[in-house]
Amino acid sequence: MNQGIDLQASFVEALTQLGVPQAAARAAWMPLPMLVVIIGVTMGLLVSVWLERKISAAAQQRIGPEYIGPLGMLAPVADGLKLVFKEDIVPAKADPLLFTAGPVIVLLPVFLSYLVVPFGQNLVITDLGTGVFFWIAMGSVQPIGLLMSGYSSNNKYSLLGGLRAAAQSISYEIPLALSVLAVVMMSNSLSTIGIVDQQTGYGILSWNLWRQPVGFVIFLISALAECERLPFDLPEAEEELVAGYQTEYAGMRFGLFYIASYVNLILASLLASVLFLGGWSFPIPMEQIGTWLGVDAGGALWQFAAAGIGIGMILLKTYFFIFLAILMRWTVPRVRIDQLLDLGWKFLLPVALVNLLLTAALKLAFPVAFGG
Amino acid sequence: MVMIETKAERMVINLGPHHPSMHGVLRLLVTLDGENVVDCEPVLGYLHRSMEKIAENRTVIQYLPYVTRWDYIATMFTEAITVNAPEKLANVPVPKRASYIRVIMLELSRIANHLLWVGPFLADVGAQTPFFYIFRERELIYDLFEAATGMRMMHNYFRVGGVAADLPYGWVDKAQDFCEYFLPKVDEYERLITDNPIFRRRVEGIGTISREDAINWGLSGPMLRASGVKWDLRKVDHYECYDDFDWQVAWDSGGDCMARYTVRMREMRESVKIVQQALAALPGGPYENLEAKRIASGPKSEWSAPDYQFISKKPSPTFKIPNGEHYVRMESSKGELGIYLIGEDSVFPWRWKIRPPGFVNLQVLPQLVRGMKIADIMAILGSIDIIMGEVDR
Repeated sequence: MNQGIDLQASFVEALTQLGVPQAAARAAWMPLPMLVVIIGVTMGLLVSVWLERKISAAAQQRIGPEYIGPLGMLAPVADGLKLVFKEDIVPAKADPLLFTAGPVIVLLPVFLSYLVVPFGQNLVITDLGTGVFFWIAMGSVQPIGLLMSGYSSNNKYSLLGGLRAAAQSISYEIPLALSVLAVVMMSNSLSTIGIVDQQTGYGILSWNLWRQPVGFVIFLISALAECERLPFDLPEAEEELVAGYQTEYAGMRFGLFYIASYVNLILASLLASVLFLGGWSFPIPMEQIGTWLGVDAGGALWQFAAAGIGIGMILLKTYFFIFLAILMRWTVPRVRIDQLLDLGWKFLLPVALVNLLLTAALKLAFPVAFGG
Repeated sequence: MVMIETKAERMVINLGPHHPSMHGVLRLLVTLDGENVVDCEPVLGYLHRSMEKIAENRTVIQYLPYVTRWDYIATMFTEAITVNAPEKLANVPVPKRASYIRVIMLELSRIANHLLWVGPFLADVGAQTPFFYIFRERELIYDLFEAATGMRMMHNYFRVGGVAADLPYGWVDKAQDFCEYFLPKVDEYERLITDNPIFRRRVEGIGTISREDAINWGLSGPMLRASGVKWDLRKVDHYECYDDFDWQVAWDSGGDCMARYTVRMREMRESVKIVQQALAALPGGPYENLEAKRIASGPKSEWSAPDYQFISKKPSPTFKIPNGEHYVRMESSKGELGIYLIGEDSVFPWRWKIRPPGFVNLQVLPQLVRGMKIADIMAILGSIDIIMGEVDR
């Protein structure tokens, strides 16, 4: 397994050659990937918002944004600017501290989770040993923020929305974690890099999707519920709760919720492609293509191309999931709260448990195919 | 079974008058126990415009522009009942062609209403997209209305003794084209909506009204027919020329929101059948009663004199509502739309009582939502099909 390009090592090496001490060079490196990821995520957010508008327009026989930039691509930027310039309102009887903290607590864990999202062998901020578990842990911080903002708004719709958000997150975190656990069990690793590495051997055939079809479906449903997207957008159900926990929010505070929801969608899609579709791996292993073409696998140009294709692949897979989620949102009605909880506790949870046990049994029986 | 009881303070939540799914300005005071609805009290009157009182110092012709503001979704029905009431009281005959035109307009209006019901109903259970699809077809109906009446919504087209203007050249072909185009679109809606499992779960068994309850509450229209009562005033009262056509009363025995959905979808198909037959059999002749008199009495008719030809060829603004009182009703898209009219041989009616179907159907809401979830309020309210302009008048 070749290691691919290691930007950090090259950067540190270049700086030390210029006479910068090793430690300083490492420290200088640290903010760079974070900055890149934050900028990348923000771009991804804008693209998703634009896609949402364009795809919903296509689904509803409209044109969608048209005049704000080419094909309306600047529409999300205009949205963001509008939110920035809007008056920042805190309702008179709201708790100003919690009211402000709510959206921040919703937003921060999502961005933190990008720590473990890999775009290539070394293209990850930090390869945590706990990897996906870190993401799940961060995900469970979110409902606290939602509950906070719902409770502090001093509005009954917000309160109901916040409570719904908490109930929903709790119910769907368990099947989500269990389906991830099955993958982890097969990969013998919690680290996102390890999970992808284990899926690279035979190209598209070795992706977890084929070995974990049930887990894949459970993951998709639970992730959709975690992202609070239709058919599971009960916390902000417009027809019932006006806007749920966001009812009293305006301006950039609302913008934070908006950002968090889309960034969360991108995150879930990224992790779906990492866990089940082999992350950055091309359907045909890149090493294989390299030997066919007769290029030196260690060459800088080839490495660069392979990394580029890897990033392209993971983004392609991610946006496929985002496309699915958007299409779903504009196609199906919303489930009711009791149906939502029934689906989570009475259907997904048992199925996820059985899937986990089955994976364990298969792992014992066929260690070759199931990562013994 | 012993259940753990949660002792929570009940929450009174105020839905409306401005709330995304209150269909205008309905206000509901809902008492909640968690997500469960304990009680619900509708508060009406936010769109009250004294429509009945206004009628008392307007002649029929003056009042006609007001009536489309009762039920602004199914506008033709309000006009039809407004002219039907004095017509029946004064025994004004309606030429056959006028009657056919009226039926075509009424049924197109029914389709437009049911379209604008199905979209928001789906939006009420969370699916936004059908709302955009229905405007596609509704727009075509409104184009037809515009071509015939000059207005898309507030037509002012019906007149005592007929209609205000004949159909323009080519209108019948356009309407036939629409009918052919529309039926596959209903299939499209059915494919998109009817068997969607989430939709089925949201509406099946929700807001069930038994046959007896439906009759006792005085429900009418699709609300009544969805509870297994085969009661359609078009068949019962034989008004206009509905007996000339071959069509079925759409009904269902489910009594729940799903049944109301199926009834309305079927009614759209039946309405298309009626429109198609009426277009094919559209008779010639005058479109209006005075015009009919003029033609009947030959070239020397007093109706050909300048007074009638140019000044008041159309039903006269001084049409007197004769002495007497009666109740006239018709099957509007929402149910039984009635007028209780008292005339005293004057151009103004002495009393003009409107019996709006939405108002009567709405009163069953609190009984239906008690014990349901908060999300069901929207589904049930949506299935009742109310327009606040008509409920509050």
